[in-house]
Amino acid sequence: MTSANSSRTICNKTAIVGVGATPYYRRGESAPQTLDELVGKAILEALSDSGLNCRDVDGFAYFSGGFDTGYLMETLGIPEVRFTASLTGTGGGSAGSIGLGAAAIVSGMADVVVCVGANQQGSQRFGAITSAYPATPGNAFFGATGLVGPGHIFALLARRHMHLYGTTREHFAEVALSARANAVNNPEARMRNPLTSEEYFNAPMLADPHCLFDFCLETDGAVAVVLTTAERARDLRRRPVEVLASTHGGSRDWGRSIYWMNMPDKVFASSGHASVAARLYAEAGVGPQDIDCAQFYDHFTSQVIMQIEDYGFCERGEGGPFVADGNIRLDGALPINTDGGQLSAGYVWGMTHVREAVEQLRGDAFNQIHDAEVALVTGGPSNLPVSGLILGRG
Amino acid sequence: MDERIARHPPATGGTIVTDVWTAPFWEAAARRELVLPRCAVCGTYRMPPTPFCPNCHSQSIDWIPHDGTAVLYSYTIVDRVLIDGMEGSLPYVPAIVEFPHAQGIRLITNMVDCPIGALRVDAPVDLIWIEPEPGTALPAFTLSRQQREHD
Ligand SMILES: [Zn+2]
Repeated sequence: MTSANSSRTICNKTAIVGVGATPYYRRGESAPQTLDELVGKAILEALSDSGLNCRDVDGFAYFSGGFDTGYLMETLGIPEVRFTASLTGTGGGSAGSIGLGAAAIVSGMADVVVCVGANQQGSQRFGAITSAYPATPGNAFFGATGLVGPGHIFALLARRHMHLYGTTREHFAEVALSARANAVNNPEARMRNPLTSEEYFNAPMLADPHCLFDFCLETDGAVAVVLTTAERARDLRRRPVEVLASTHGGSRDWGRSIYWMNMPDKVFASSGHASVAARLYAEAGVGPQDIDCAQFYDHFTSQVIMQIEDYGFCERGEGGPFVADGNIRLDGALPINTDGGQLSAGYVWGMTHVREAVEQLRGDAFNQIHDAEVALVTGGPSNLPVSGLILGRG
Repeated sequence: MDERIARHPPATGGTIVTDVWTAPFWEAAARRELVLPRCAVCGTYRMPPTPFCPNCHSQSIDWIPHDGTAVLYSYTIVDRVLIDGMEGSLPYVPAIVEFPHAQGIRLITNMVDCPIGALRVDAPVDLIWIEPEPGTALPAFTLSRQQREHD
Protein backbone atom coordinates (compact mmCIF):
# COMPACT_ATOMS: atom_id res chain seq x y z
CA MET A 1 0.00 0.00 0.00
CA THR A 2 1.19 3.47 -0.83
CA SER A 3 0.83 4.71 2.73
CA ALA A 4 4.14 2.99 3.49
CA ASN A 5 5.79 5.79 1.59
CA SER A 6 4.67 8.97 3.30
CA SER A 7 5.73 11.21 0.44
CA ARG A 8 3.30 9.42 -1.85
CA THR A 9 0.03 9.95 0.00
CA ILE A 10 -2.58 12.68 0.15
CA CYS A 11 -3.31 11.85 3.81
CA ASN A 12 -3.69 14.97 5.98
CA LYS A 13 -2.28 17.29 3.35
CA THR A 14 -5.48 18.98 2.18
CA ALA A 15 -8.70 20.13 3.77
CA ILE A 16 -12.23 21.05 2.78
CA VAL A 17 -12.62 24.68 3.79
CA GLY A 18 -15.96 25.62 2.30
CA VAL A 19 -19.27 24.06 1.35
CA GLY A 20 -22.13 25.52 -0.65
CA ALA A 21 -25.41 24.13 -1.88
CA THR A 22 -28.57 25.25 -3.60
CA PRO A 23 -31.86 24.13 -2.12
CA TYR A 24 -32.81 20.58 -3.08
CA TYR A 25 -35.60 21.14 -5.57
CA ARG A 26 -38.22 18.66 -6.55
CA ARG A 27 -37.42 17.33 -10.03
CA GLY A 28 -37.98 20.08 -12.58
CA GLU A 29 -38.73 22.79 -10.02
CA SER A 30 -35.34 24.50 -10.23
CA ALA A 31 -36.47 26.10 -13.51
CA PRO A 32 -36.05 28.75 -14.84
CA GLN A 33 -32.57 28.61 -13.32
CA THR A 34 -30.10 26.92 -15.65
CA LEU A 35 -27.80 24.09 -14.59
CA ASP A 36 -24.73 26.34 -14.83
CA GLU A 37 -26.55 28.86 -12.67
CA LEU A 38 -27.19 26.26 -9.97
CA VAL A 39 -23.51 25.27 -10.15
CA GLY A 40 -22.42 28.90 -9.91
CA LYS A 41 -24.62 29.53 -6.88
CA ALA A 42 -23.20 26.51 -5.07
CA ILE A 43 -19.62 27.55 -5.87
CA LEU A 44 -20.15 31.15 -4.75
CA GLU A 45 -21.71 29.96 -1.49
CA ALA A 46 -18.85 27.51 -0.88
CA LEU A 47 -16.27 30.23 -1.48
CA SER A 48 -18.08 32.64 0.77
CA ASP A 49 -18.27 29.96 3.46
CA SER A 50 -14.50 29.44 3.20
CA GLY A 51 -13.51 33.11 3.20
CA LEU A 52 -11.84 32.70 -0.19
CA ASN A 53 -13.07 34.22 -3.43
CA CYS A 54 -13.15 33.50 -7.14
CA ARG A 55 -9.71 35.02 -7.67
CA ASP A 56 -8.25 32.34 -5.37
CA VAL A 57 -9.69 29.40 -7.34
CA ASP A 58 -7.19 27.79 -9.69
CA GLY A 59 -8.52 24.27 -10.06
CA PHE A 60 -11.59 22.17 -10.77
CA ALA A 61 -12.06 18.47 -10.07
CA TYR A 62 -15.22 16.86 -11.38
CA PHE A 63 -16.83 13.48 -11.90
CA SER A 64 -19.60 12.09 -14.14
CA GLY A 65 -18.58 14.04 -17.18
CA GLY A 66 -17.96 17.33 -15.45
CA PHE A 67 -18.82 20.84 -16.47
CA ASP A 68 -17.52 23.52 -18.81
CA THR A 69 -14.65 25.12 -16.89
CA GLY A 70 -14.26 27.93 -19.44
CA TYR A 71 -17.90 28.92 -19.04
CA LEU A 72 -17.67 28.88 -15.25
CA MET A 73 -14.52 31.05 -15.36
CA GLU A 74 -16.19 33.44 -17.77
CA THR A 75 -19.31 33.95 -15.70
CA LEU A 76 -17.73 33.82 -12.22
CA GLY A 77 -14.67 35.90 -13.09
CA ILE A 78 -12.08 33.26 -12.23
CA PRO A 79 -8.90 34.65 -13.80
CA GLU A 80 -6.62 31.61 -14.25
CA VAL A 81 -7.04 27.88 -13.83
CA ARG A 82 -4.08 25.50 -13.58
CA PHE A 83 -5.94 22.23 -13.14
CA THR A 84 -9.23 21.02 -14.58
CA ALA A 85 -9.99 17.33 -14.74
CA SER A 86 -12.78 14.83 -14.24
CA LEU A 87 -12.97 11.27 -13.10
CA THR A 88 -14.38 8.93 -15.70
CA GLY A 89 -17.65 7.08 -15.20
CA THR A 90 -20.84 8.39 -13.66
CA GLY A 91 -22.04 8.93 -10.07
CA GLY A 92 -19.41 6.49 -8.86
CA GLY A 93 -16.86 9.29 -8.76
CA SER A 94 -18.45 11.75 -6.33
CA ALA A 95 -16.32 10.82 -3.31
CA GLY A 96 -13.32 10.29 -5.57
CA SER A 97 -13.47 13.76 -7.08
CA ILE A 98 -12.30 15.10 -3.71
CA GLY A 99 -9.25 12.85 -4.06
CA LEU A 100 -8.66 14.13 -7.57
CA GLY A 101 -8.66 17.68 -6.23
CA ALA A 102 -6.41 16.72 -3.33
CA ALA A 103 -3.98 15.04 -5.73
CA ALA A 104 -3.76 18.24 -7.74
CA ILE A 105 -3.01 20.28 -4.62
CA VAL A 106 -0.48 17.83 -3.14
CA SER A 107 1.36 17.66 -6.46
CA GLY A 108 1.51 21.44 -6.69
CA MET A 109 -0.70 21.67 -9.76
CA ALA A 110 -3.28 23.81 -7.95
CA ASP A 111 -3.81 25.61 -4.63
CA VAL A 112 -7.56 26.01 -4.38
CA VAL A 113 -9.74 23.42 -6.09
CA VAL A 114 -13.50 23.43 -6.45
CA CYS A 115 -15.32 20.08 -6.58
CA VAL A 116 -18.92 20.26 -7.66
CA GLY A 117 -21.83 18.02 -8.49
CA ALA A 118 -25.18 19.07 -9.88
CA ASN A 119 -28.18 17.79 -11.65
CA GLN A 120 -31.24 19.19 -13.24
CA GLN A 121 -33.79 16.82 -14.68
CA GLY A 122 -35.83 18.12 -17.54
CA SER A 123 -37.93 15.86 -19.67
CA GLN A 124 -35.61 12.91 -19.07
CA ARG A 125 -36.14 11.26 -15.70
CA PHE A 126 -33.13 9.56 -14.15
CA GLY A 127 -35.44 6.74 -13.19
CA ALA A 128 -35.76 5.77 -16.84
CA ILE A 129 -32.37 6.99 -18.02
CA THR A 130 -31.10 3.73 -19.44
CA SER A 131 -33.96 3.76 -21.93
CA ALA A 132 -32.65 7.07 -23.26
CA TYR A 133 -29.07 5.99 -23.91
CA PRO A 134 -28.27 5.90 -27.62
CA ALA A 135 -28.12 2.36 -28.98
CA THR A 136 -24.57 0.96 -29.04
CA PRO A 137 -23.09 -2.49 -29.61
CA GLY A 138 -22.42 -2.63 -25.85
CA ASN A 139 -25.89 -1.84 -24.60
CA ALA A 140 -27.52 -4.08 -27.21
CA PHE A 141 -26.99 -6.85 -24.66
CA PHE A 142 -29.44 -5.32 -22.19
CA GLY A 143 -31.28 -2.70 -24.23
CA ALA A 144 -33.97 -4.99 -25.58
CA THR A 145 -34.86 -6.59 -22.25
CA GLY A 146 -36.92 -3.72 -20.87
CA LEU A 147 -34.41 -2.76 -18.17
CA VAL A 148 -35.41 0.87 -18.61
CA GLY A 149 -33.98 2.27 -15.40
CA PRO A 150 -31.21 1.76 -12.86
CA GLY A 151 -33.82 0.55 -10.38
CA HIS A 152 -34.52 -2.48 -12.54
CA ILE A 153 -30.84 -3.18 -13.06
CA PHE A 154 -29.90 -2.98 -9.39
CA ALA A 155 -32.94 -5.10 -8.54
CA LEU A 156 -31.12 -7.97 -10.23
CA LEU A 157 -28.24 -7.59 -7.76
CA ALA A 158 -30.66 -7.21 -4.87
CA ARG A 159 -32.48 -10.45 -5.67
CA ARG A 160 -29.21 -12.35 -5.93
CA HIS A 161 -28.18 -10.99 -2.51
CA MET A 162 -31.50 -12.14 -1.08
CA HIS A 163 -30.99 -15.58 -2.62
CA LEU A 164 -27.41 -16.03 -1.41
CA TYR A 165 -27.71 -14.60 2.08
CA GLY A 166 -31.36 -14.52 3.07
CA THR A 167 -31.62 -10.75 2.92
CA THR A 168 -35.25 -9.64 3.10
CA ARG A 169 -37.45 -6.71 2.18
CA GLU A 170 -37.66 -5.96 5.92
CA HIS A 171 -33.93 -5.20 5.73
CA PHE A 172 -34.40 -2.86 2.78
CA ALA A 173 -37.27 -1.22 4.66
CA GLU A 174 -35.05 -0.47 7.64
CA VAL A 175 -32.66 1.48 5.41
CA ALA A 176 -35.55 3.52 4.00
CA LEU A 177 -37.19 4.11 7.39
CA SER A 178 -33.91 5.10 9.00
CA ALA A 179 -33.16 7.61 6.25
CA ARG A 180 -36.60 9.12 6.58
CA ALA A 181 -36.32 9.39 10.35
CA ASN A 182 -33.12 11.40 9.85
CA ALA A 183 -34.72 13.62 7.20
CA VAL A 184 -37.56 14.54 9.54
CA ASN A 185 -35.09 16.67 11.56
CA ASN A 186 -33.40 18.21 8.51
CA PRO A 187 -35.21 21.38 7.40
CA GLU A 188 -33.43 21.19 4.04
CA ALA A 189 -34.61 17.65 3.32
CA ARG A 190 -37.32 17.13 0.73
CA MET A 191 -39.19 14.34 2.52
CA ARG A 192 -39.94 15.32 6.10
CA ASN A 193 -43.06 13.32 6.89
CA PRO A 194 -42.26 10.18 8.90
CA LEU A 195 -42.45 6.91 6.98
CA THR A 196 -44.07 3.87 8.56
CA SER A 197 -43.37 0.24 7.88
CA GLU A 198 -46.97 -0.13 6.73
CA GLU A 199 -46.54 2.64 4.15
CA TYR A 200 -43.33 1.03 2.96
CA PHE A 201 -44.92 -2.37 2.39
CA ASN A 202 -48.03 -0.86 0.76
CA ALA A 203 -45.96 1.08 -1.78
CA PRO A 204 -45.95 -0.01 -5.41
CA MET A 205 -43.27 -2.48 -6.48
CA LEU A 206 -41.44 -0.52 -9.16
CA ALA A 207 -38.75 -3.12 -9.81
CA ASP A 208 -39.40 -6.20 -7.68
CA PRO A 209 -37.81 -6.64 -5.10
CA HIS A 210 -37.47 -2.84 -5.04
CA CYS A 211 -40.54 -0.81 -4.11
CA LEU A 212 -41.02 2.95 -4.42
CA PHE A 213 -39.25 3.68 -1.11
CA ASP A 214 -36.16 1.68 -2.09
CA PHE A 215 -35.45 4.28 -4.79
CA CYS A 216 -33.66 7.58 -4.15
CA LEU A 217 -35.40 10.86 -4.85
CA GLU A 218 -35.17 12.70 -8.13
CA THR A 219 -34.13 16.23 -7.22
CA ASP A 220 -32.49 19.22 -8.86
CA GLY A 221 -29.64 21.06 -7.19
CA ALA A 222 -25.93 21.65 -6.89
CA VAL A 223 -23.36 21.12 -4.13
CA ALA A 224 -19.82 22.50 -4.23
CA VAL A 225 -16.87 22.19 -1.90
CA VAL A 226 -13.61 24.14 -1.76
CA LEU A 227 -10.38 22.32 -1.11
CA THR A 228 -6.93 23.73 -0.32
CA THR A 229 -3.75 22.81 1.52
CA ALA A 230 -4.07 21.78 5.16
CA GLU A 231 -1.63 24.56 5.98
CA ARG A 232 -3.67 27.31 4.31
CA ALA A 233 -6.86 25.84 5.77
CA ARG A 234 -5.71 26.68 9.29
CA ASP A 235 -5.93 30.41 8.55
CA LEU A 236 -9.38 30.39 6.97
CA ARG A 237 -12.85 31.08 8.36
CA ARG A 238 -14.12 27.61 9.11
CA ARG A 239 -12.78 24.72 11.10
CA PRO A 240 -10.90 22.65 8.47
CA VAL A 241 -12.09 19.18 7.57
CA GLU A 242 -9.05 17.19 6.54
CA VAL A 243 -8.93 14.68 3.71
CA LEU A 244 -7.54 11.49 5.29
CA ALA A 245 -7.95 9.45 2.13
CA SER A 246 -9.85 9.28 -1.13
CA THR A 247 -9.63 6.30 -3.42
CA HIS A 248 -11.34 5.36 -6.64
CA GLY A 249 -11.23 2.75 -9.36
CA GLY A 250 -12.05 -0.81 -8.47
CA SER A 251 -11.56 -4.40 -9.49
CA ARG A 252 -11.85 -5.98 -12.94
CA ASP A 253 -14.22 -8.46 -11.30
CA TRP A 254 -16.68 -5.55 -10.96
CA GLY A 255 -15.70 -3.68 -14.12
CA ARG A 256 -18.70 -2.46 -16.08
CA SER A 257 -20.82 -4.27 -13.50
CA ILE A 258 -24.46 -3.50 -14.23
CA TYR A 259 -23.78 -3.28 -17.96
CA TRP A 260 -21.77 -6.51 -17.92
CA MET A 261 -23.47 -8.78 -15.36
CA ASN A 262 -20.71 -11.38 -15.60
CA MET A 263 -19.08 -10.56 -12.27
CA PRO A 264 -18.00 -13.57 -10.17
CA ASP A 265 -20.90 -14.60 -7.94
CA LYS A 266 -19.53 -13.10 -4.73
CA VAL A 267 -18.81 -9.79 -6.41
CA PHE A 268 -22.13 -9.75 -8.27
CA ALA A 269 -24.15 -9.44 -5.06
CA SER A 270 -22.06 -6.54 -3.77
CA SER A 271 -21.53 -2.83 -4.28
CA GLY A 272 -18.20 -3.33 -6.07
CA HIS A 273 -16.46 -1.24 -3.42
CA ALA A 274 -14.43 -3.92 -1.59
CA SER A 275 -11.01 -3.17 -3.08
CA VAL A 276 -11.53 0.59 -3.02
CA ALA A 277 -12.58 0.32 0.64
CA ALA A 278 -9.48 -1.67 1.57
CA ARG A 279 -7.20 0.90 -0.07
CA LEU A 280 -9.15 3.72 1.55
CA TYR A 281 -8.67 2.42 5.09
CA ALA A 282 -4.98 1.68 4.46
CA GLU A 283 -4.39 5.15 3.07
CA ALA A 284 -6.24 6.86 5.92
CA GLY A 285 -4.67 4.69 8.60
CA VAL A 286 -8.06 3.93 10.13
CA GLY A 287 -10.47 1.00 10.13
CA PRO A 288 -14.22 0.52 10.19
CA GLN A 289 -14.17 0.75 14.01
CA ASP A 290 -12.90 4.35 13.74
CA ILE A 291 -15.75 5.64 11.57
CA ASP A 292 -18.12 7.85 13.60
CA CYS A 293 -20.67 8.25 10.81
CA ALA A 294 -20.95 7.07 7.24
CA GLN A 295 -22.65 8.69 4.28
CA PHE A 296 -23.32 5.87 1.83
CA TYR A 297 -24.40 6.56 -1.74
CA ASP A 298 -28.00 5.46 -1.44
CA HIS A 299 -29.52 5.27 -4.90
CA PHE A 300 -31.13 2.02 -3.71
CA THR A 301 -31.60 0.65 -0.20
CA SER A 302 -30.20 -2.74 -1.21
CA GLN A 303 -26.95 -1.13 -2.28
CA VAL A 304 -26.57 0.52 1.12
CA ILE A 305 -26.62 -2.93 2.70
CA MET A 306 -24.01 -4.19 0.24
CA GLN A 307 -21.75 -1.18 0.88
CA ILE A 308 -21.95 -1.79 4.63
CA GLU A 309 -20.50 -5.22 3.85
CA ASP A 310 -17.89 -3.98 1.38
CA TYR A 311 -16.65 -1.39 3.88
CA GLY A 312 -16.17 -4.08 6.50
CA PHE A 313 -18.80 -3.10 9.08
CA CYS A 314 -19.98 -6.71 9.02
CA GLU A 315 -19.24 -9.92 7.15
CA ARG A 316 -20.41 -10.39 3.57
CA GLY A 317 -24.04 -11.42 3.63
CA GLU A 318 -24.61 -10.03 7.13
CA GLY A 319 -25.64 -6.54 6.01
CA GLY A 320 -29.34 -7.28 6.36
CA PRO A 321 -29.19 -8.44 9.99
CA PHE A 322 -26.72 -5.59 10.69
CA VAL A 323 -29.26 -2.94 9.74
CA ALA A 324 -32.12 -4.85 11.36
CA ASP A 325 -30.26 -4.68 14.68
CA GLY A 326 -30.55 -0.89 14.72
CA ASN A 327 -26.90 -0.22 13.96
CA ILE A 328 -27.49 2.43 11.30
CA ARG A 329 -29.80 4.64 13.39
CA LEU A 330 -28.53 7.88 14.93
CA ASP A 331 -28.02 6.11 18.26
CA GLY A 332 -26.56 2.97 16.68
CA ALA A 333 -23.00 1.78 16.25
CA LEU A 334 -22.78 3.23 12.74
CA PRO A 335 -25.11 6.17 12.09
CA ILE A 336 -25.49 6.49 8.32
CA ASN A 337 -26.90 9.09 5.95
CA THR A 338 -27.52 11.39 8.85
CA ASP A 339 -29.14 14.12 6.73
CA GLY A 340 -31.73 11.72 5.31
CA GLY A 341 -29.56 10.73 2.38
CA GLN A 342 -30.55 10.57 -1.23
CA LEU A 343 -33.54 8.47 -0.22
CA SER A 344 -35.15 11.29 1.75
CA ALA A 345 -33.11 14.53 1.75
CA GLY A 346 -31.99 15.15 -1.82
CA TYR A 347 -30.20 13.59 -4.74
CA VAL A 348 -27.25 15.51 -6.19
CA TRP A 349 -25.05 12.73 -7.59
CA GLY A 350 -23.69 11.90 -4.14
CA MET A 351 -22.31 15.35 -3.33
CA THR A 352 -24.93 15.84 -0.60
CA HIS A 353 -23.04 13.11 1.25
CA VAL A 354 -19.78 15.09 1.12
CA ARG A 355 -21.65 18.11 2.42
CA GLU A 356 -23.21 16.17 5.30
CA ALA A 357 -19.88 14.62 6.32
CA VAL A 358 -18.29 18.06 6.44
CA GLU A 359 -21.14 19.40 8.56
CA GLN A 360 -20.85 16.47 10.96
CA LEU A 361 -17.11 17.06 11.39
CA ARG A 362 -17.59 20.78 11.90
CA GLY A 363 -20.14 19.94 14.59
CA ASP A 364 -23.05 21.78 13.01
CA ALA A 365 -25.16 19.03 11.46
CA PHE A 366 -28.91 18.89 12.06
CA ASN A 367 -28.59 15.38 13.46
CA GLN A 368 -25.20 15.96 15.05
CA ILE A 369 -23.34 12.79 16.05
CA HIS A 370 -21.66 13.54 19.36
CA ASP A 371 -17.94 14.16 18.99
CA ALA A 372 -17.77 12.98 15.37
CA GLU A 373 -14.12 12.94 14.33
CA VAL A 374 -13.94 10.60 11.34
CA ALA A 375 -16.53 10.29 8.58
CA LEU A 376 -16.82 7.95 5.60
CA VAL A 377 -18.36 9.03 2.29
CA THR A 378 -18.94 6.76 -0.68
CA GLY A 379 -19.60 7.34 -4.37
CA GLY A 380 -22.23 5.48 -6.30
CA PRO A 381 -21.97 1.76 -6.87
CA SER A 382 -22.06 1.69 -10.66
CA ASN A 383 -19.74 0.89 -13.52
CA LEU A 384 -16.15 1.75 -12.55
CA PRO A 385 -14.85 3.88 -11.07
CA VAL A 386 -16.44 3.57 -7.68
CA SER A 387 -14.93 5.73 -4.97
CA GLY A 388 -14.63 6.41 -1.28
CA LEU A 389 -13.53 9.26 0.97
CA ILE A 390 -12.55 9.50 4.61
CA LEU A 391 -12.61 12.92 6.23
CA GLY A 392 -11.33 13.90 9.67
CA ARG A 393 -11.99 16.80 12.02
CA GLY A 394 -9.10 19.24 11.62
CA MET B 1 -48.91 -17.88 -5.97
CA ASP B 2 -48.76 -15.10 -8.53
CA GLU B 3 -50.40 -16.88 -11.48
CA ARG B 4 -49.83 -14.04 -13.93
CA ILE B 5 -47.81 -15.06 -16.96
CA ALA B 6 -44.55 -13.23 -17.65
CA ARG B 7 -45.13 -11.33 -20.89
CA HIS B 8 -42.72 -10.38 -23.62
CA PRO B 9 -40.75 -7.17 -22.98
CA PRO B 10 -41.85 -3.94 -24.68
CA ALA B 11 -40.53 -3.54 -28.21
CA THR B 12 -37.82 -0.90 -28.20
CA GLY B 13 -38.49 0.02 -31.81
CA GLY B 14 -34.78 0.44 -32.36
CA THR B 15 -32.55 -1.84 -34.36
CA ILE B 16 -29.79 -3.75 -32.61
CA VAL B 17 -26.52 -1.87 -33.13
CA THR B 18 -23.56 -4.18 -33.68
CA ASP B 19 -19.84 -4.02 -34.31
CA VAL B 20 -17.49 -6.59 -35.79
CA TRP B 21 -17.19 -8.35 -32.42
CA THR B 22 -20.87 -8.57 -31.56
CA ALA B 23 -22.39 -9.04 -35.02
CA PRO B 24 -22.02 -12.88 -35.15
CA PHE B 25 -24.16 -13.20 -32.00
CA TRP B 26 -26.99 -11.12 -33.43
CA GLU B 27 -26.73 -12.55 -36.94
CA ALA B 28 -27.16 -16.03 -35.48
CA ALA B 29 -30.00 -14.79 -33.27
CA ALA B 30 -31.81 -13.51 -36.35
CA ARG B 31 -31.70 -17.16 -37.57
CA ARG B 32 -32.91 -18.29 -34.13
CA GLU B 33 -29.59 -19.84 -33.28
CA LEU B 34 -27.83 -19.19 -29.99
CA VAL B 35 -24.06 -19.01 -30.37
CA LEU B 36 -21.63 -18.14 -27.60
CA PRO B 37 -18.12 -16.73 -28.10
CA ARG B 38 -15.19 -18.89 -27.03
CA CYS B 39 -11.52 -18.04 -27.42
CA ALA B 40 -10.12 -20.15 -30.26
CA VAL B 41 -6.73 -20.39 -28.56
CA CYS B 42 -7.31 -21.02 -24.85
CA GLY B 43 -10.99 -21.96 -24.84
CA THR B 44 -12.19 -19.26 -22.44
CA TYR B 45 -15.77 -18.13 -23.01
CA ARG B 46 -16.56 -14.45 -22.64
CA MET B 47 -19.80 -12.46 -22.74
CA PRO B 48 -20.46 -10.02 -24.21
CA PRO B 49 -17.94 -10.59 -27.03
CA THR B 50 -15.03 -8.14 -26.90
CA PRO B 51 -11.93 -7.66 -29.08
CA PHE B 52 -9.51 -9.63 -26.89
CA CYS B 53 -9.58 -12.76 -24.81
CA PRO B 54 -8.94 -11.47 -21.27
CA ASN B 55 -7.03 -14.67 -20.53
CA CYS B 56 -4.59 -14.91 -23.47
CA HIS B 57 -5.25 -11.77 -25.57
CA SER B 58 -6.01 -13.81 -28.66
CA GLN B 59 -8.46 -12.17 -31.02
CA SER B 60 -9.66 -15.42 -32.54
CA ILE B 61 -13.18 -16.42 -31.56
CA ASP B 62 -15.04 -19.66 -32.18
CA TRP B 63 -18.81 -19.15 -32.12
CA ILE B 64 -20.11 -22.23 -30.36
CA PRO B 65 -23.72 -23.27 -30.98
CA HIS B 66 -25.51 -23.71 -27.67
CA ASP B 67 -28.72 -25.57 -26.93
CA GLY B 68 -29.85 -22.87 -24.47
CA THR B 69 -29.72 -25.03 -21.36
CA ALA B 70 -29.34 -22.47 -18.58
CA VAL B 71 -30.23 -21.61 -15.02
CA LEU B 72 -32.03 -18.48 -13.83
CA TYR B 73 -29.38 -16.38 -12.09
CA SER B 74 -31.52 -13.39 -11.09
CA TYR B 75 -34.58 -11.49 -12.27
CA THR B 76 -36.77 -8.48 -11.61
CA ILE B 77 -40.49 -8.08 -12.18
CA VAL B 78 -41.65 -4.92 -13.94
CA ASP B 79 -45.27 -4.17 -13.23
CA ARG B 80 -45.44 -0.40 -13.58
CA VAL B 81 -45.25 1.90 -16.57
CA LEU B 82 -42.07 3.99 -16.57
CA ILE B 83 -41.95 5.01 -20.22
CA ASP B 84 -44.45 5.12 -23.06
CA GLY B 85 -44.91 1.86 -24.87
CA MET B 86 -44.68 -0.33 -21.78
CA GLU B 87 -48.41 -0.44 -21.11
CA GLY B 88 -49.18 -3.54 -23.18
CA SER B 89 -46.26 -5.57 -21.85
CA LEU B 90 -46.86 -5.65 -18.10
CA PRO B 91 -45.85 -7.62 -16.22
CA TYR B 92 -42.55 -8.60 -17.80
CA VAL B 93 -39.40 -10.10 -16.29
CA PRO B 94 -35.89 -8.92 -17.22
CA ALA B 95 -33.50 -11.63 -16.11
CA ILE B 96 -29.97 -12.94 -16.17
CA VAL B 97 -29.36 -16.56 -17.11
CA GLU B 98 -26.17 -18.53 -16.63
CA PHE B 99 -24.87 -21.26 -18.98
CA PRO B 100 -23.33 -24.06 -16.88
CA HIS B 101 -22.05 -25.78 -20.03
CA ALA B 102 -20.25 -22.64 -21.18
CA GLN B 103 -18.11 -21.93 -18.13
CA GLY B 104 -20.94 -20.09 -16.41
CA ILE B 105 -21.06 -17.04 -18.64
CA ARG B 106 -24.28 -15.08 -18.41
CA LEU B 107 -26.74 -13.41 -20.73
CA ILE B 108 -29.06 -10.52 -19.87
CA THR B 109 -32.43 -11.58 -21.22
CA ASN B 110 -36.09 -12.09 -20.28
CA MET B 111 -38.14 -14.80 -18.63
CA VAL B 112 -41.39 -15.20 -20.57
CA ASP B 113 -44.47 -17.38 -20.91
CA CYS B 114 -44.38 -18.87 -17.40
CA PRO B 115 -46.18 -17.99 -14.15
CA ILE B 116 -44.39 -15.24 -12.26
CA GLY B 117 -45.04 -16.97 -8.98
CA ALA B 118 -43.12 -20.04 -10.16
CA LEU B 119 -39.89 -18.14 -10.79
CA ARG B 120 -37.00 -19.19 -8.55
CA VAL B 121 -33.35 -18.19 -8.62
CA ASP B 122 -31.30 -21.19 -9.82
CA ALA B 123 -34.29 -22.77 -11.59
CA PRO B 124 -33.43 -24.60 -14.85
CA VAL B 125 -34.64 -22.68 -17.88
CA ASP B 126 -35.03 -23.35 -21.59
CA LEU B 127 -34.31 -21.11 -24.53
CA ILE B 128 -37.18 -19.85 -26.64
CA TRP B 129 -37.22 -17.15 -29.30
CA ILE B 130 -39.38 -14.06 -29.13
CA GLU B 131 -40.26 -11.69 -31.92
CA PRO B 132 -40.33 -8.09 -30.63
CA GLU B 133 -40.89 -6.79 -34.16
CA PRO B 134 -42.08 -8.89 -37.10
CA GLY B 135 -39.14 -10.62 -38.74
CA THR B 136 -36.76 -10.17 -35.78
CA ALA B 137 -35.79 -12.66 -33.10
CA LEU B 138 -34.37 -12.29 -29.62
CA PRO B 139 -33.33 -15.04 -27.21
CA ALA B 140 -35.55 -15.36 -24.15
CA PHE B 141 -36.07 -18.09 -21.59
CA THR B 142 -38.89 -19.90 -19.86
CA LEU B 143 -38.98 -22.31 -16.95
CA SER B 144 -37.89 -25.70 -18.19
CA ARG B 145 -40.57 -28.31 -18.77
CA GLN B 146 -38.93 -30.58 -16.19
CA GLN B 147 -39.07 -27.79 -13.63
CA ARG B 148 -42.75 -27.16 -14.23
CA GLU B 149 -43.65 -30.83 -13.96
CA HIS B 150 -41.64 -31.04 -10.77
CA ASP B 151 -43.64 -28.15 -9.29
ZN1 LIG C 1 -7.82 -17.01 -24.77
